Amino acid sequence: MVPISAYLIVGVALFAIGTVGVLISRNLIVLLMSVELMLNSANLCLIAFSRSQNIMDGHAFVFLVLTIAAAEAAVGLAMVITLYRNRETINIDRFNLLKW
Amino acid sequence: MSLDLAIFVISALVAVFGATMMIFQRNPVASVLYLILSLVGQAVLYVQLGAAFVGAVLIIVYSGAILVLFLFVIMMLNLRSSADLGEPSPPVSRFVKYFVSCLIFLELSFIIRESLGAGSTTSAGIVTMADDSFGSVESVATLLFTRYLYPFELTSVLLLSAIVGAVIIARRATEDELPPQPEKAVGPISQKTNEGQE
Repeated sequence: MVPISAYLIVGVALFAIGTVGVLISRNLIVLLMSVELMLNSANLCLIAFSRSQNIMDGHAFVFLVLTIAAAEAAVGLAMVITLYRNRETINIDRFNLLKW
Repeated sequence: MSLDLAIFVISALVAVFGATMMIFQRNPVASVLYLILSLVGQAVLYVQLGAAFVGAVLIIVYSGAILVLFLFVIMMLNLRSSADLGEPSPPVSRFVKYFVSCLIFLELSFIIRESLGAGSTTSAGIVTMADDSFGSVESVATLLFTRYLYPFELTSVLLLSAIVGAVIIARRATEDELPPQPEKAVGPISQKTNEGQE
């Protein structure tokens, strides 16, 4: 059988890739997608722990996280649309009014 | 036994490959498609871990709904030029970002190795399941409607507020714009608000 730590390593790798995406992407949509990827990597770890402990509570948590991801995507994309309408760009380097 | 391992390796590679390609694509549509590829790999991992229903939900809800929403927004914004999408950051700052992410990865894998290594004889390997009900729709639903009933119901409130919030945020401000115009032709003030809104 595949050890549980292998799944966790995959989850951690996906989380790290999502971090890279959040840090390096200048595109607001790709940034939102990277956040989704990080949420999914947390889901993978929840499922893996749920299997290894033989407790199904992790599945319920994954459902809640999926719901939050959906809500976040909807609100985030609405904000992207509003930003694009006002500034004609989704390059996050252009949104620097509050930058110190 | 080795088939298990082969499925795991292939789907893990697909998931990581899709995620890596996603963040390096210039074209956001290709980015979305690579994220879908990564999600398919993750769904296979879910199924392998006994969470068949959650894996199906991941495909249906994520690839079917959320990422289609992303595609819809990309299509609506009609992004073309690199001025819209942004230039890549300079190499020095990019190196720092890769370094920070590598640190996060190493730190988390170190934690996993240490914490699982302690009880390696009991919990490192996957427990072979005797019951078929693990991960089935029925058992997930039983859990959601008994022990996690209140969080589950609060989720609906969260979704409702997200819907209302998204509609309010993305709404064109025409109704706020219109009243000053027919009121009276004050001139500079109303015109200025119009320009600000657009």
